[in-house]
Amino acid sequence: MVKLGFQKEKVRDFDPTFSSSKDEFTIALSGNANVGKSVIFNQLTGSNQIVGNWPGKTVEKAEGKLYFQGQKIHVIDLPGIYSFSTFSMEEIVSREYIAHEKPDVVINVLDASVLERNLFFTLQLMEMEVPLVVCINQVDIARQKGIIIDEKKLEKALGVPVVFTVAVRGEGLRKLIEKAVKAAEKPKKVPEIIKYGGEVEKRIESLSEMISSKKTSLNYSNRWMAIKILENDPEIIKNIKKESPEIISYANQLAYEIEKIHQEPSFAVMASERYTLANLIASGAQVQTKIDIPFSERLDKILTHPVLGYFTSALVIIGLLLWTFTIGDFLEGILSNAFSFFQPVDPQFSGAITAILWNGAFGGIVAGVTLIIPFVIPFYLLLSYIENSGLLTRVAFMMDSFMHKIGLHGKALIPLILGYGCNVPAIDSTRILETRRERLLAAFAITFAPCAARTILILGLVAIFVNIWWALGLYVLDLIIIFIMGRIALKATPGESTGLIMEMHTLKLPSFSVILKQTWARTKSLIYLVFPIYIVGSAIIQAFYALGVLEPVSNFMAPLTVGLLGLPVFAGVLLIVGAVRKEFILLTLVSFVGTDLSLALNPTQFIVLAIVGMLYLPCFSTIAILIKEFGWKAASVITGANFATALVVGGLFAKILPYFL
Amino acid sequence: MSDNESISENIEEYLEVIYKVSLEEKKPVTTSNISKNLNIAPGSVTQMLKKLDKRGYVHYSPYKGAVLTEKGLKVASKVTRKHRLLERFLNDILKLKKDKIHSEACQMEHALSDDAERALCQLLEQPDQCPDEAPIPACDFKFDSCEECLERKHEDVEEVGSRDENLISVISLGENEVGRVSFIRGDYKVIRRLMDMGITIGAMVSVIKLAPFKGPVEVSVRGSKLALGRDIAKNVFVELIDCESKDEDGALVHG
Repeated sequence: MVKLGFQKEKVRDFDPTFSSSKDEFTIALSGNANVGKSVIFNQLTGSNQIVGNWPGKTVEKAEGKLYFQGQKIHVIDLPGIYSFSTFSMEEIVSREYIAHEKPDVVINVLDASVLERNLFFTLQLMEMEVPLVVCINQVDIARQKGIIIDEKKLEKALGVPVVFTVAVRGEGLRKLIEKAVKAAEKPKKVPEIIKYGGEVEKRIESLSEMISSKKTSLNYSNRWMAIKILENDPEIIKNIKKESPEIISYANQLAYEIEKIHQEPSFAVMASERYTLANLIASGAQVQTKIDIPFSERLDKILTHPVLGYFTSALVIIGLLLWTFTIGDFLEGILSNAFSFFQPVDPQFSGAITAILWNGAFGGIVAGVTLIIPFVIPFYLLLSYIENSGLLTRVAFMMDSFMHKIGLHGKALIPLILGYGCNVPAIDSTRILETRRERLLAAFAITFAPCAARTILILGLVAIFVNIWWALGLYVLDLIIIFIMGRIALKATPGESTGLIMEMHTLKLPSFSVILKQTWARTKSLIYLVFPIYIVGSAIIQAFYALGVLEPVSNFMAPLTVGLLGLPVFAGVLLIVGAVRKEFILLTLVSFVGTDLSLALNPTQFIVLAIVGMLYLPCFSTIAILIKEFGWKAASVITGANFATALVVGGLFAKILPYFL
Repeated sequence: MSDNESISENIEEYLEVIYKVSLEEKKPVTTSNISKNLNIAPGSVTQMLKKLDKRGYVHYSPYKGAVLTEKGLKVASKVTRKHRLLERFLNDILKLKKDKIHSEACQMEHALSDDAERALCQLLEQPDQCPDEAPIPACDFKFDSCEECLERKHEDVEEVGSRDENLISVISLGENEVGRVSFIRGDYKVIRRLMDMGITIGAMVSVIKLAPFKGPVEVSVRGSKLALGRDIAKNVFVELIDCESKDEDGALVHG
């Protein structure tokens, strides 16, 4: 970015001699997943960006600004999609944005190594009749694979400007912007290169004539709507049906005729024809010269090897956790020292208000900082690396059959692993799954995943005061519980499972800026969600404490805590406090009995407390996001299931463990 | 098929067994294996295999065993399909006891007409495996998808016509083999998603890797690599694009 010097151009903003027909416009980046759109976006906008959600949609929206030759350019990074067939939120968001917001130009980013498949999407963009610039990215990787693309030929075949880039190194980006600016200033009509077979084309025309005569209020071109209706696009059909149902019945007739002629559903006819054209363009513009197999391919062979693949997958996951907790431990040490001035006050001496503000609100902030900085950020950093390099895709490939046992497919591994850092963003990321049922199943499994806070609890109680093997044992126990509960949940929610359809991207060294941005975006959304709950939650609990409510409640819980679980009475207080955040159990315990916890608890009690603490409730923040994503009912069922599991497993261990310890 | 010679039930039973075993073992099926499966003396099996070889259903070489030819495969997969569809029917609809299903289906499969087979498949909503989880082969009618079969309900199978080529599932493709996608079984949404990713009717696919434990399949299509869950991949059927020596190796011994 610095090399390109986009920011320097800002000066020209005040240059009165500079004239331009337009001094502010919008560029949208669109294309398949993992083609390097985010890299281009980062290179163009630098630090000038806002990441948020599309209004009312659970799809991430990234927006940024760029100053170029006196013009202020808004850049929108649209989600990565393969088609406009409205099966996912991402597709709907992209489509509606392009149709309704009408960006001045769309830059379609393509992966040079997979030209044909990427062109399929380009053709759909061209059908939407938006000013288009085609950006062929990662040409260096393609060249390594022996794929040489002819820029001129491609440009000629498509009839829109084509630019080659290697975005990670900033190559070609200046030219890309220049062409995009030119395309935005003098919008040329996008050539209609997609002509379907005569019998299809005739029907598209006849339908689009009918649509234009009915004058619908939809913001799409008539031809495009006609194509989509014939393709049986549920969104468009639904919207048109509201206004003029006769269009749909006429379209059904036409689609039937097409199916009659081709003996294929009409969507298949059109998809095939588009692909035929994509193939024609791609094979006309590229040459495959055979060079030796690149390193990434050889690495790929190991990563998905029927035996070695499991080792490498396990290594990736274990490595991620080890890295997180080694770094986390180190950083936490430093931070705890920094926060050593923070000592909870005793409300009996200081008064309730101070206790609520200091112990509660400020304590919540301290707790949040000491969790997020040392544990969550390092976790996100490495996870983002694993994701962007394509390693995670390989792990998902290897683990698909295991995930099937709990009704999910390989892709669901990504949220589940995210759950090891913190459940909240993990549940958020279940959006990548196809159906609500799958998202629920995944979210349910995630609430059992040993997040950073749970790990701290296990380490703080069991590893230190029993031994490290029991701590590891609890980790394994947790995995078994995830599996069993996943199975039960699967049996309880009948329905079809969606199969895995996932692109195996070329393995590559990810861009550092993308990793940083992604980590920051994730951390930020976590902070927004978690911090208020930490602060308010611990203040409320302190208030209860100061009002003397906790003790009676704790006594009331005695039949469970003492009777069933064999814990001391004050465990009730610990569990209430821990609902805000799991390691509060540990912190409060320390404030009760001092740092040598072994004075208060025996090994069985340590283990049982760790198990119960780990399982009994998702923390408040997790419950909050469950409610937000799935509603009250689902959230309470999941919470209830957690609670029941904790009692059953905890009770069982309380009875059995004394024989072993 | 051009020759409409009637095939005896006996022959169908033989071909069915050879089909089943060769899919499991991927090598020629020995006489003793067939004899065990059909409970017939090895001598008679050898006799029969010679006869089948002469009629072009199998390649039989004495010591090695038998391998289905394209012609044999066509008959075998059809009768296996009818058998497994019937098993589903007896299990799901008639709710017969599980241990009776197999022998019952063995009796019925030879009498089931193609039209009845198609109707059964529609009634059962295009099942892809029998109650024992063995895959049900694709039908040999000229359809590209189940959707099409449903839409052309009023035409009977003679009007639709049957394929000349044998279809095999993508997951049975061997290394270095290329198939042309000819039929995708399953619901509209899955087909749509597959098509968006480049797996259209007529696209060339090859298998890069099959993950163990019934894991996904990595395929190469249109220059991209895709991972398809086993449940999806097994319903994508291809015609094998012949490289060489298919007849030498027989139709079911790939790679």
